[in-house]
Amino acid sequence: MEMINITIDNKPVQAEKGQTILKAARKAGIEIPTLCYYELDGIKLENRPGGCRVCIVEVEGRKNLAPACATEVMEGMVIHTHSLRVVNSRRTVVELILSDHPADCLVCPKSGKCELQTLAQRLGIREIPYQGAQSTYRKDMSPAIIRDIDKCIMCRRCETVCNEWQTVGALSAVNRGFEAVVAPAFEQDLEKSPCTYCGQCLMACPVGALSEVDQTRQVITAISDPKKTVVVQTAPAVRVALGEEFGMEPGTIVTGKLAAALRKIGFDYIFDTDFAADLTIMEEGTELLNRISRFTQGDKTVKLPILTSCCPGWVNFFEVNYPDMLDVPSTAKSPQQMFGAVAKNYWANQLGIKREDMVVVSIMPCVAKKFECQRDEFKVDGNPDVDFALTTRELAELIRQFNIDFEALPLEDFDKPLGESTGAGVIFGATGGVIEAATRTAYELFTGKKLEKVDFNELRGLEGVRSATVDFNGTPINIGIAHGLSNARQLLDDVRAGKTNFHAIEVMACPGGCIGGAGQPFHHGDFDIIRKRHAAIYREDAGKPIRKSHENPYIQALYKDWLGEPCGEISHHLLHTHYFDKSKHIEIEG
Amino acid sequence: MHLLVCGGTGCNASKSQEIAENLKSTLTDKGLGNEVQVILTGCFGFCEKGPIVKIMPDNTFYTEVKPEDVADIIEEHVIKGRKVTRLLYTDPENKQHVADSKHMGFYKKQLRIALRNCGFIDPQNIEEYVGADGYSALAKCLGEMTPEQVINEIKLSGLRGRGGGGFPTGLKWEIASKNHADQKYVVCNADEGDPGAFMDRSILEGDPHSVLEAMTINGYAIGATKGLIYIRAEYPLAINRLLTAIGQAREYGLLGKDILGSGFEFDIELRYGAGAFVCGEETALIHSMEGQRGEPTFKPPFPAQSGYNKKPTNVNNVETYANIPIIINKGANWFNKIGTEKSKGTKVFALAGQINNVGLIEVPMGITLREIIYEIGGGIKGGREFKAAQTGGPSGGCLTSAHLDTPIDYDNLIAAGSMMGSGGMVVMDETSCMVAIAKFYLEFTVEESCGKCTPCRVGNKRLHEILEKITKGNGTMEDLDNLRNLSRVIKDTALCGLGQTSPNPVISTIENFYDEYVEHIKDKKCRAGVCKSLMQYVIDPVQCVGCTACARNCPVNAIQGEKKMTHVINTELCIKCGACIEKCKFNAISIC
Amino acid sequence: MTKIKSLADLKAMKQSIQEKIDTRAKGNAEGLVQVKVAMATCGIAAGAKQVMDYMMAETDKRGMNVVFTQTGCMGYCHAEPTIEVTLSGKEPIVFGFVDLKKADEIIDKYIKDGELVDGIIPVNYETINK
Repeated sequence: MEMINITIDNKPVQAEKGQTILKAARKAGIEIPTLCYYELDGIKLENRPGGCRVCIVEVEGRKNLAPACATEVMEGMVIHTHSLRVVNSRRTVVELILSDHPADCLVCPKSGKCELQTLAQRLGIREIPYQGAQSTYRKDMSPAIIRDIDKCIMCRRCETVCNEWQTVGALSAVNRGFEAVVAPAFEQDLEKSPCTYCGQCLMACPVGALSEVDQTRQVITAISDPKKTVVVQTAPAVRVALGEEFGMEPGTIVTGKLAAALRKIGFDYIFDTDFAADLTIMEEGTELLNRISRFTQGDKTVKLPILTSCCPGWVNFFEVNYPDMLDVPSTAKSPQQMFGAVAKNYWANQLGIKREDMVVVSIMPCVAKKFECQRDEFKVDGNPDVDFALTTRELAELIRQFNIDFEALPLEDFDKPLGESTGAGVIFGATGGVIEAATRTAYELFTGKKLEKVDFNELRGLEGVRSATVDFNGTPINIGIAHGLSNARQLLDDVRAGKTNFHAIEVMACPGGCIGGAGQPFHHGDFDIIRKRHAAIYREDAGKPIRKSHENPYIQALYKDWLGEPCGEISHHLLHTHYFDKSKHIEIEG
Repeated sequence: MHLLVCGGTGCNASKSQEIAENLKSTLTDKGLGNEVQVILTGCFGFCEKGPIVKIMPDNTFYTEVKPEDVADIIEEHVIKGRKVTRLLYTDPENKQHVADSKHMGFYKKQLRIALRNCGFIDPQNIEEYVGADGYSALAKCLGEMTPEQVINEIKLSGLRGRGGGGFPTGLKWEIASKNHADQKYVVCNADEGDPGAFMDRSILEGDPHSVLEAMTINGYAIGATKGLIYIRAEYPLAINRLLTAIGQAREYGLLGKDILGSGFEFDIELRYGAGAFVCGEETALIHSMEGQRGEPTFKPPFPAQSGYNKKPTNVNNVETYANIPIIINKGANWFNKIGTEKSKGTKVFALAGQINNVGLIEVPMGITLREIIYEIGGGIKGGREFKAAQTGGPSGGCLTSAHLDTPIDYDNLIAAGSMMGSGGMVVMDETSCMVAIAKFYLEFTVEESCGKCTPCRVGNKRLHEILEKITKGNGTMEDLDNLRNLSRVIKDTALCGLGQTSPNPVISTIENFYDEYVEHIKDKKCRAGVCKSLMQYVIDPVQCVGCTACARNCPVNAIQGEKKMTHVINTELCIKCGACIEKCKFNAISIC
Repeated sequence: MTKIKSLADLKAMKQSIQEKIDTRAKGNAEGLVQVKVAMATCGIAAGAKQVMDYMMAETDKRGMNVVFTQTGCMGYCHAEPTIEVTLSGKEPIVFGFVDLKKADEIIDKYIKDGELVDGIIPVNYETINK
């Protein structure tokens, strides 16, 4: 690494050649405020359009102020990050942004977490000298994401995430000048765009222009209704991130406090999506083995590789982009929907109540789950298997509303029977986890031998695309893993072209898998937070007494008492689904 | 024999009509009516020395002719064949009388290099271009010069980019030549967007082959085999002529493989722009050609490093290219003797505004504003006073009477708070309101901003709103401070050239016409009578006879008064439509 | 039409074209007249095309030997449409504000009899000799 000498704020600094002023300064402990700049180094995603002009600095010898995020350091460069000229210009720039931004912070979904708000505070802005017209647009309400683009500051983060990391292409800049804004093509509603509701756009959005549909009010109403039995399930990734909302170190595991908090809020049954994850492994693992054995017996119609179908963003993506391959993914429902089906069919029956009197709430690290639970195929006579899907953040809001001292909560257990799970269910929360869990079970079912080493390190990690071959007692099983839909697209294009020999591929839409989901506490581009959640997931798995789904005694009991066998008659009706060609649902009006 | 009398507006005002009539009647009196003809012509452009009478065929050029000089002209010149020395033009340098207009310095005020073929050859006929020495520069480059020699010649010529920035062309070529890649591109920027500027269009319509030839030379110099012309779709005629020219050049083997037997390959295609001003900025232009949103990205990387399709790309403007073949043919040392020390050659200006000879002119760098206005442009309309000249379009600023004698080149214009830009020049007199002018240009930039960076997207909008407020009579002195601070910040922080220069019209008008701003704010007055909100219609009680015509025609019933009594305008109701002034037969209504 | 394959080809072509132009410029027994019409966008917008069509038809009708060519912008925006008339052996003369009436006058007086008419636009620039 070639190092060069520069001076920042009168301090001699060594910087890497080719580095930006922003990075060199941060490394030297000098903080330059930014707004549009957004980086997720773990997935090599960088948004630096150089548009907001907040990070401008003075470089001696240059005519104009330079954006620190986009200007490379050069030998001997002398930089002032907070000179009088810089401070005045930066302040004016932020005042200009604020002059075209609604001042409804009191009820803004990003209030307290808004980067613009923080910046305005930091620069001590008390009034806006440049008052004038404000740009206004219609509010776009989709089933999962709300676009309130009056608040858009044209940082383009959402656009970069949607186009580069997800290759979804739902968002891009439209119009010019003062009217310029980020929107779906032809300023169409998100619902009629190729949007997958992965929500990474709202995760990246520094302000309240993009946010999730809030359902906390409906959940409180359901809990307060004495006629309703409210069942809650909570996804694996929630327990390694929720603590952040209460000032805990990222990666803190809060499973016990989570169960206690849900109980305190007043849910009737505190269950765990991890249980449904184990169930998913039984169904999906069996489906995989069926396909492999049919394939080895010479059945040419069998589709390999099998693709996981737990991630709703991913399901939305292939329904739009790969309508010719709808028979390739596993037909197994996602854990959220398997749980809903079991709750409203099996558990309601056990309790002797009608499904209409049961409300199933899920706590998810995800925004697309809000859309998934509203799909028509997951409803019986209009009544959904899962009524509401709250994000981790919404749960944190509920906990605050109920004045629960989260840190002081005792550690409690989930309720039985749908709250018991294995380590295999837990790792669903990280990229590679679903396929590792499936491997643990499929290995034993396929070979009939006991798996001694349950940790498959070759399947773990945060690389965008990973592949590994697992030896099933002499039969090599080829596994592919992708997180991020751009990476999934790369694998899928190869599959479509017949260029791969994978038996199974796991896809998660979000960075790091569900731990980096759009329903999680905001990380504001700090990828270390995702790394810490990632490590925590595997710690939680390692600490579990049972780590293979098929060894979960409650799963075994469920099959014995009710389901019969994996991929059997009842499973086929309740735990499996089918996919639709949605390539044509994208509408262009006018 | 013909006597040509200037019938231009300026000379007309100083009695050229009377001179012509005197000439005619005197000739008839002398019985020469059939042999000698008196002809009224268009403006000679030399209004400072008008009225002008030119005698053909001997090209005698008489200046400052008065009606009483007619007798002498006819007696001496027409009848006796002796020139009337006292009416001849005196060369200001050597104080000698100039007898023959062909030797007058005045004719050297304009020098057509870039426009050399415009208006002379048929642009649709490649043979006419070849006949005018076309493609010989290309032949010279391919046959006798190495790419380095071509670049050196352009560097030595001192040619700077004519699109506005004035970056040295040779240096640009050199940088592009040094970046190695499997494919390089040459791009001609024909996205002319300054309001009122049309020199690029004129060149493409009048001499398309000169641009094709220059681009091919450019390709040879930097090692590119593909050329692209980015042209706005609202230039259909220019597009048509370019397509014809490209087709002909291909047919004749001047584009394509093995050009002139040299083995060099080059071809050119068109790319159409939708007319966004910002796409004249080279990075935005490249994004637009790639099918991306037409918005700029920061430099570096420069297009010479990573341009079209991420390949090294050299972007030059149409007028820049039009100069290239001549520089090659006549040599850098011929070219660099024209112009000033740091600005070589000529510049084409689109002369517009309150000037008699609106037109497309090409002048050597270093000419003064005074020469352009009074010796080429024919002076200010109606003989009014010159107030300001706006150069550089929406990115430029205003030059005032203090700058009339400043030699015009890139650096002097910037020093004067304006810029060369692509060559728009709007001349203004006392009927122009400088606040309204600034507002006009801001309106344009607000409209044309891509919206990517905050200072341009929001800042220019706010500048425009404050100017609007001032022209409406609602401005405060604090607004003036805000205008200044905002302008400075936008200049200092905007992402691309459009944003960085957009406050120039505001800065330069505040600088040079501060009093006018203060008048608008404090006295609620617009001295040019342009800002409608600040004007009031008043009836002069002395002139008014109480005919009621005004009251009957007022669409909002703002005028009251009894018959045969003085009428009064209620200024609160008045919408300043002017209907009353039109109807008043007694000149009793005025605007103040 | 032949491909220009070398510098020699180009030179030969240039020479033959220049000879053609020279003969035209010198004029010949038939007294050939050349008319150039400024046909850039602005000229066309001001009516140059109608003027050219009209003059072609009229000179043809009257059996006059006139060659019309279109050309680019002459720079006289204040006087469009503009045309340049070159009588054999004479200096080119530019006329401005040429409407159909003026066109008639130019044909009848200047082209036919060499008699100048009002509306001459004095050329006020130098062009480099190539």
